[in-house]
Amino acid sequence: MTDNYDVALVGAGHNGLVCATYLARAGKKVLVLEANTEPGGCAATREFAPGYSVSACAQWLNQLHPTVARDLALENHGLQWAARELASISLDVDGQHLTQRGDYVEGGNITAADSAAFRKFHAKTTRYAKLLARAFEARAPKLVESNLTDRLTLIKLGLGLKMMGRDDMSDLMRIILINMYDVMEENFDNAQLKGLLSLDSLLGSHMGPRTPSTVFGYLYRRVGEVFGHAGHAQVKGGMGALGQAMAASARAAGVEIRLSSAVASIDVDAGRVTGVTLADGEKISAGIVVSNADPITTFERLVGLRNLETDTARRVSQIRCTGGTAKLHLALNGLPVFTGLQERQLGQRLVIAPDMNYIERAFNAVKYKEYSTAPALDISIPTVHDAGLAPAGAHVLSAIVQFAPYAPQGGWEAHRETFTQLVVECIARYAPGIEQQIVASELLTPADLERDYGMTGGHWHHGELGMDQVLMMRPFPGATQYNAAFDGLYLCGAGAHPGGGVMGLAGRNAAREIIKRGAAA
Amino acid sequence: MTTGSDDTMMLTTPFHSRIAAACELNSWGDWMGYTTPNAYTDVELEYFAVRNAAGVFDLTPMNKYRITGTDAEAYLNRLVTRDVSKIGIGRVGYTVWCDEAGQVMDDGTIFHLAENDYRICAYARATDWLHWSALGFDVTIEDETAEVAALAVQGPTSCAALTAMGLVGLDQLKPFGLTEFDFEGEPLVVSRTGFTGDLGYELWIAPHKAEALWDRLFESGEPYLIKPFGTHALEMARIEAGFLQAGVDFMPAEEVVRNGRSRSPFELGLGWLVDMDKSVFNGRRALQQELARGSRYRFAILDVDGNKPANHSFILKGNKQVGTVTSAAWCPTAKSNVAFAQIEMPYGAVGEELVAEIYYQRELHWTRVLAPCKVIDAPVFSHPRRRATPPGNF
Repeated sequence: MTDNYDVALVGAGHNGLVCATYLARAGKKVLVLEANTEPGGCAATREFAPGYSVSACAQWLNQLHPTVARDLALENHGLQWAARELASISLDVDGQHLTQRGDYVEGGNITAADSAAFRKFHAKTTRYAKLLARAFEARAPKLVESNLTDRLTLIKLGLGLKMMGRDDMSDLMRIILINMYDVMEENFDNAQLKGLLSLDSLLGSHMGPRTPSTVFGYLYRRVGEVFGHAGHAQVKGGMGALGQAMAASARAAGVEIRLSSAVASIDVDAGRVTGVTLADGEKISAGIVVSNADPITTFERLVGLRNLETDTARRVSQIRCTGGTAKLHLALNGLPVFTGLQERQLGQRLVIAPDMNYIERAFNAVKYKEYSTAPALDISIPTVHDAGLAPAGAHVLSAIVQFAPYAPQGGWEAHRETFTQLVVECIARYAPGIEQQIVASELLTPADLERDYGMTGGHWHHGELGMDQVLMMRPFPGATQYNAAFDGLYLCGAGAHPGGGVMGLAGRNAAREIIKRGAAA
Repeated sequence: MTTGSDDTMMLTTPFHSRIAAACELNSWGDWMGYTTPNAYTDVELEYFAVRNAAGVFDLTPMNKYRITGTDAEAYLNRLVTRDVSKIGIGRVGYTVWCDEAGQVMDDGTIFHLAENDYRICAYARATDWLHWSALGFDVTIEDETAEVAALAVQGPTSCAALTAMGLVGLDQLKPFGLTEFDFEGEPLVVSRTGFTGDLGYELWIAPHKAEALWDRLFESGEPYLIKPFGTHALEMARIEAGFLQAGVDFMPAEEVVRNGRSRSPFELGLGWLVDMDKSVFNGRRALQQELARGSRYRFAILDVDGNKPANHSFILKGNKQVGTVTSAAWCPTAKSNVAFAQIEMPYGAVGEELVAEIYYQRELHWTRVLAPCKVIDAPVFSHPRRRATPPGNF
């Protein structure tokens, strides 16, 4: 029998660590249980070949909430920046690259009209993102039986909408449910710009530019700018260093973190949680169990559908959570040469998404459980800013690959080599000769991401960021204010409001809700 | 299944040829899409057959679902409010089931036919709900509404009539017991259950033997004054016996479209069916909250002065309207004017005196009666023969 804890927290992902830290500071005795050997969850650094390390899932930091960063004093706990305010460069086979950062865009034969239109578009979407950012910083209101807090949240949202003025408000209402493709077509001519922004709207999701909700996806990403991230940042030591800094902050607050301790079940009895049981059979009792795992893992695998009431089991079974994103890691014996890119530009965010139809075609494949033959890529060469990730003179390249199916016909082992080769060839069209530089490679498919990082379906956001699964619908009606199904059971991960991305708000909001409910939790 | 001809959308049951021949009044109703006799000859005579001899009622339209598989018991236990593990093999249990708001979706009976093998009989169509509820359970769910023909044989001479038909040893079957006989080479399942509050049985058989069963039953039952009865006579008997009717005394939660119109088991006087010792079942969380917070309504059986049935009446306490009547009937055997009412809390406790505002019409002339009434603690008809084993040879 282990000591009694106030809170057992399942999963030391970034949101779990944030939540644990706030709870510990509020005087709770918190135990965090992590299946992996390192804390951080998807904020992980992975040595995929001897001497070569890379950020395993997320590779850019562009959404972390400043309050979370400040409250956790991450820089005092070892967080260092390798680079900040990086631009995005949309690659062109002939070297006519387009560079974008903030509201500034250049190259790629962009016209003055498009540049001006982009500045306008950026300003407008920033206003929209600000509205979202405010909604993300608090729990989502319940629509029915709302109490005063919920009503105030709704009023603030409504007021925020109204304060934007008639034109902005009606335009937001018009575009929020539609797709990025149409909105891009309305605003711009430049194919590369449209491709780049479209990719931003759907990274990590199972959507194409013509999928409804992608405009929301774009605004979701833009919330990072409202939080003060001008461009993309790279963490020194890879994203795992962020996980380590968060874990250090949590420990300093009094949180106990047990690594290599997989939770086998969340135990419930008579309508409330009683604790958790570890894979080795150890039982840990706690009046509050917080799950950083995705909602499907939490309810289906850890609680068990048969321990849920039918309505909840049904909603859990209907969560859209199929991933379409893979990760490719290449160990290179030297810095690759990209046509038309100067060496100093290699440290920026490199994107292969030449036009919207290119992305849409890439997405078509995954709808039929096939991989894209010409995938869209978000590339990082982190060793440009952080030489420590590879042996001297060597480099690593990390690419987010859209799209790869969770379960291709015949299983991944039948396709792994071919798909890896295909993605390499795709990069080689922009960086001729890169094949000869490769000393090792690793492909993480959605199935691998599920296995290694516990994300159902390999979905980065722990559930699709569609309008049917965000705000007061996330992860499903009845579980929108972090507590669900049982007294004392809370969600604090990306599956909860506001959603995925290394933001830390789901963890912070969940902690605030638990603290607010006090003894009633 | 015997389907009707192309000129009607209404279904008929496998007994239809016999029922149509016996239905002198040609008075038909619609029971979940099935052509159902309201009355055969005379409602009162049919009612008295049930109370003084034996009545036969076709309950084939009752929705019947077969639940099999290793998780059948666990599945049902999560589905319904009572503890299914206490319903042994060869036993039948009455229960309700709720949605997540703790509101009654339906009531019905669970037949424990064999190990991991149950039949659930329900008022409402429940295929989708039963399947949703199967997530996480190893069970097979089959709608056998049309695959099982069913007759209720109710009344004091029912046991004797059935024994005369060849069901030897039936007198040993206890209330809510279940047994099986051979009928012309087909299994005939017999349960000591019913909706009349009297001694009675329900017979379950394959549809192709339905007509033969009817014929044999009426042949052997003739000396026992056996008689078919329709839904109107059943209505009198069930009100007299204190049985709720889904869709009449409560709205199944899934059919309710207006907020607040559904009811919890506690609000229907069915709290005894709710086993809060079970760790999980549908509605548990909400019912726990209701127990802490208090219910909105109370189910009351009213003994109403006079002989005017208090159908659709408002129930008053002084000048305040505190409830409404859902079912009402003059009950001939008990010689009582009974009404079921839903009364707003805190009114309606046993013994409380209230007033029923009754409107009735005679020859286009409407009359309003303010009939005093009293909340009683038990149904007005309760005969020892319903529970006695053997039931006695009437």
